[in-house]
Amino acid sequence: MRLSPSGALRHSGNLFAMALDVVRTMPRRPFQAREFIQQAWFVASVTILPTALVSIPFGAVIALQIGSLTRQLGAQSFSGAASVLAVLREASPIVTALLIAGAGGTAICADLGARKIREEIDAMQVLGIDPIHRLVVPRVLASMVVAVLLNGLVSVVGVAGGYFFNVVLQHGTPGAYLASFTTLAQLSDLWAAEIKALVFGAIAAIVASYKGLTAKGGPKGVGDAVNQSVVITFMLLFVTNFVMTAVYFQVVPQRG
Amino acid sequence: MGVEICVEGLTKSFGHQVIWQDVSLTLPAGEVSVMLGPSGTGKSVFLKTLVGLLKPDCGSVKIAGRDITRLREHELYEVRKLFGVLFQDGALFGSMNLYDNIAFPLREHTRKSESEIRRIVLEKMDMVGLIGSEGKLPGEISGGMRKRAGLARALVLDPEIILFDEPDSGLDPVRVAYLNQLIVDLNAQIDATFLIVTHDIASARQVPDNIGLLFRRELVMFGPREELLTSDEPVVRQFLNGRMQGPIGMAEEKDAAQVEQELAALGDGSKTPGSQALTPRLLPGPGITRPPRWEAIARHEAELRRRKAVADA
Repeated sequence: MRLSPSGALRHSGNLFAMALDVVRTMPRRPFQAREFIQQAWFVASVTILPTALVSIPFGAVIALQIGSLTRQLGAQSFSGAASVLAVLREASPIVTALLIAGAGGTAICADLGARKIREEIDAMQVLGIDPIHRLVVPRVLASMVVAVLLNGLVSVVGVAGGYFFNVVLQHGTPGAYLASFTTLAQLSDLWAAEIKALVFGAIAAIVASYKGLTAKGGPKGVGDAVNQSVVITFMLLFVTNFVMTAVYFQVVPQRG
Repeated sequence: MGVEICVEGLTKSFGHQVIWQDVSLTLPAGEVSVMLGPSGTGKSVFLKTLVGLLKPDCGSVKIAGRDITRLREHELYEVRKLFGVLFQDGALFGSMNLYDNIAFPLREHTRKSESEIRRIVLEKMDMVGLIGSEGKLPGEISGGMRKRAGLARALVLDPEIILFDEPDSGLDPVRVAYLNQLIVDLNAQIDATFLIVTHDIASARQVPDNIGLLFRRELVMFGPREELLTSDEPVVRQFLNGRMQGPIGMAEEKDAAQVEQELAALGDGSKTPGSQALTPRLLPGPGITRPPRWEAIARHEAELRRRKAVADA
């Protein structure tokens, strides 16, 4: 990738154009149901296990940090409330995003990139089939659905992990931990997290597809594309996360 | 059947590098044309521009009266249904077996029943001699088989135009001969417009009605086969004879003085026009019913051969 300002602008422009194409193509019939189910199954199968394994220590770290912080502040009764809030609002969408981008996005990018350099994509276009409709839209939708579901998984595993570490290892009181669950967190936190996950899933899949479909220069090009897709996705995800969080606090009134 | 392709003033560059400029030619409907050129002269780029995969800098490509270079995306997908393209390595979908690969365009574009699809697919597979390999994956078969499978897939929608991107690269001479025969037979059977992009001289001498030559970022010549085979244009002669003496160098082009010297040293009477021997043309196989166009070609070939026999005697 050449490092020129116009090049960077062109790439962002093309990426955005493809995102618009994806949105425009989404309602077009026939919907590629088979491809969608295959991709959803595939993305789920490469992400479920790592997500569960990552969210346990993630929940534990949050529990440990909050446990010690609340003890220092003398607010042990709020440790449950705070750790649920942290897991639900930030940890689970971020973990989901990292896993969707790192495991799902790379797989999508490598797959499409390999097809691109083998001229399969060209062949498909020549056969009169739009790769955005046939390949990208099902992948984006699959990744969005799986991201939402994964977010639920991470929330449950994270909260359970937090409970385990706080109560069993830091000798917190189970009753206080459970009772304070809903003092700060509210249902809209869960909805906001799910919407974040949905958006992150879309971004990861669109960036991966874009990079895959524009791969060039043989097998090395595919490797470069995968690498760049992860980096770009991570940057976009963290920026999007910041914006969405800021909007969320403006729009939804907070408890307490 | 068959559609004329009219290319006018086509220019393509990547960044500052001009690939070729001001290419104008007409591929006559129903005829076989070959585009020749040394490696790296943008033959494949030319082919991809014809199907609208690449946008030229300027110029037009008219197919059935519509300019490919100015069509909107969804119109382009419609026009592309006229095309069958054989890519260099077949470009089969790696995740599907040969049967599904060849059935793919039918399943995507037509509402045919599975039994009808089966009939068409098996017919095309029989045509390219792949019966019995339906269940194989593209990764499990040889390059020659991949090419033939790619050809079967290109044929399945009964295209009006078939483009071949180096059908002979990576194949042994015997398979190339079979493939050439297959191309000629196909042309007699389905009467579509053919364009073959290659640098194999033997095929170019035997197969086409028309030959074009790309060199030095431009179309050196395009015309009927006999005209090019007997041409005295130094680039054309050098390329068609596959020799080192001439304007085409290893890296790019040579300087004029050196070319002159080489050609003089060669001293092959290059000043007498029409001194080149005409290779006999490949005709459709015995089992194929020849349409009037091929009947005329066969008569012409027989006449040439008779005249040569008389001249030899």
